[in-house]
Amino acid sequence: MSTSATDPVLAVRGLVKRYGQATVLDGVDLDVHEHEVVVLIGSSGSGKSTLLRCANLLEELDDGQVLLDGVDVSDPRVDADRARRAMGIVFQAFNLFPHMSVLDNVTLAPRVVHGVPRGTADDRARDLLSRVGLADKADSYPDRLSGGQQQRVAIARALAYDPRLLLFDEITSALDPELVGEVLALVRELAGQGRTILMATHEMGFAKQVADRVCFLDGGKLVESGPPEQVLGDPTHERTRRFLRRIIDAGRL
Amino acid sequence: MTSDLQRERLAYKRSRSRRSTAVALVSTVVFAAAVWFSVTRAPGWPRVRLSFFNLSTAWRTLPAVLDGLWLNLRVLVVAEVLILVLALGIAGLRTLRGPVWFPLRALATGYVDLFRGLPLIICLYLVGFGLPGLRLSGIPNDPVLLGGIALVLVYSAFVAEVFRAGIESIHPSQLAAARSLGLDHRKTMRLVVLPQAVRRVLPALLNDFVALQKDCGLISVLGAVDAVRAAQIESAGSYNFTPYVVAGLLFVLLAVPSGRLADWMSRRAARRQGA
Ligand SMILES: Nc1ncnc2c1ncn2[C@@H]1O[C@H](COP(=O)(O)OP(=O)(O)OP(=O)(O)O)[C@@H](O)[C@H]1O
Ligand SMILES: [Mg+2]
Repeated sequence: MSTSATDPVLAVRGLVKRYGQATVLDGVDLDVHEHEVVVLIGSSGSGKSTLLRCANLLEELDDGQVLLDGVDVSDPRVDADRARRAMGIVFQAFNLFPHMSVLDNVTLAPRVVHGVPRGTADDRARDLLSRVGLADKADSYPDRLSGGQQQRVAIARALAYDPRLLLFDEITSALDPELVGEVLALVRELAGQGRTILMATHEMGFAKQVADRVCFLDGGKLVESGPPEQVLGDPTHERTRRFLRRIIDAGRL
Repeated sequence: MTSDLQRERLAYKRSRSRRSTAVALVSTVVFAAAVWFSVTRAPGWPRVRLSFFNLSTAWRTLPAVLDGLWLNLRVLVVAEVLILVLALGIAGLRTLRGPVWFPLRALATGYVDLFRGLPLIICLYLVGFGLPGLRLSGIPNDPVLLGGIALVLVYSAFVAEVFRAGIESIHPSQLAAARSLGLDHRKTMRLVVLPQAVRRVLPALLNDFVALQKDCGLISVLGAVDAVRAAQIESAGSYNFTPYVVAGLLFVLLAVPSGRLADWMSRRAARRQGA
């Protein structure tokens, strides 16, 4: 392990991902440093989810590297399961396990991957659930919860084993405005605790408030990257300007 | 606190449902009477009744047939357990990815192709008469055991496909979620995919179970004295087909609880989906 203090938690180098003929990611470079909140923006289909899934090693890369604390985890000789334990991903569509109670969803990874005894895992999960405002739902099944509640369970599930890096994929896109507020407050709290977060979102206002850095993804490339005031307020690239104008016209900034 | 409007609506619904019940009752009675008349007025009915529905013969041969059915039941239970285990293993092999597993995957596929296509009766003959014919030491020649083996071979191929369909019906996002938590392939299968898959295919599994129930009667072709064979012996002794009817009715009775269980399960599954 060549971990040094200067290594970013996550480094993506020249990442290429194709689906058939379509090149979705065409040489993406991205660093996420410790305690940093990096927000990915870009139009629908620009590859934000794909980038997050590649970072989580859920997709086969077509070229490039994913480095976690300076270690190339995209190397086929590296145990991807082990690398994933350092990351917690929350999916756009929640992906909770419908046959397990909320509590079991949250304690699954600590119990079967990290060897935490059931009692300890349960206590910690209940603690997490009460922090996301769902203490009374621990024994319910995911199907019986509202979208916002399911999303918060998914966040609790990703937090349950204290991953070094959190990957959030448009975690508010399936929610109504009131619930969006609920979930964003939670993310703000996590960012305040100094968590390292890479998130894709369409909530520009939110990106402005919590992001340390905003990255604009377009045509498979990271077109622009910088502090939110600059990328969202005074973008240097024409494509970023056009994207933001559309957002403003839609009344979303 | 129901309004007049709602009370009137409920009263109307009640009167409609009373009407439906009455219609169902009348039409059932008319239908049954029509069947009864057309059968009993048939010219051959008196003879058929004597040779197929002879109450005293039925009563006399019942113990022997029941004895045989007890054998069927034991074969059923043991075979079903083996079938489930074997089928799950085969389905698991067929979902393995990666070149290392190619031989196992190919073997599992070949097994399913072979035994799903082979008619059960031919498999019974091949196993029942072919295996002992090899005269190898250690090969049993008990017809019950051999018949059981043939049943397990054919049914495990069917049930394996049911399991595989269930496994493949689980959305890839569930796998992604499990893998993202750091679970390896085996834990993902055991804790996330299989529990959902099995729940989804339970009605199909029960259906195959009912089919196996009656196909257990086929081990009689190898000479095992099961319900069918017992009926055959009794009917030869009394020149009467009633023992077959007795055995048939017993098999039907055996299938009813499983059938109701399957109905109940699929209703419950449907309710869950709707929830
Ligand atoms: N499994 C797949 N097979 C084929 N094409 C895919 C697959 N997944 C994604 N794509 C394609 O890759 C492109 C990028 O998809 P992705 O989901 O990453 O977009 P996104 O930026 O997250 O969009 P959104 O904002 O709508 O969530 C799309 O054109 C999509 O059609
Ligand atoms: Mg997406």
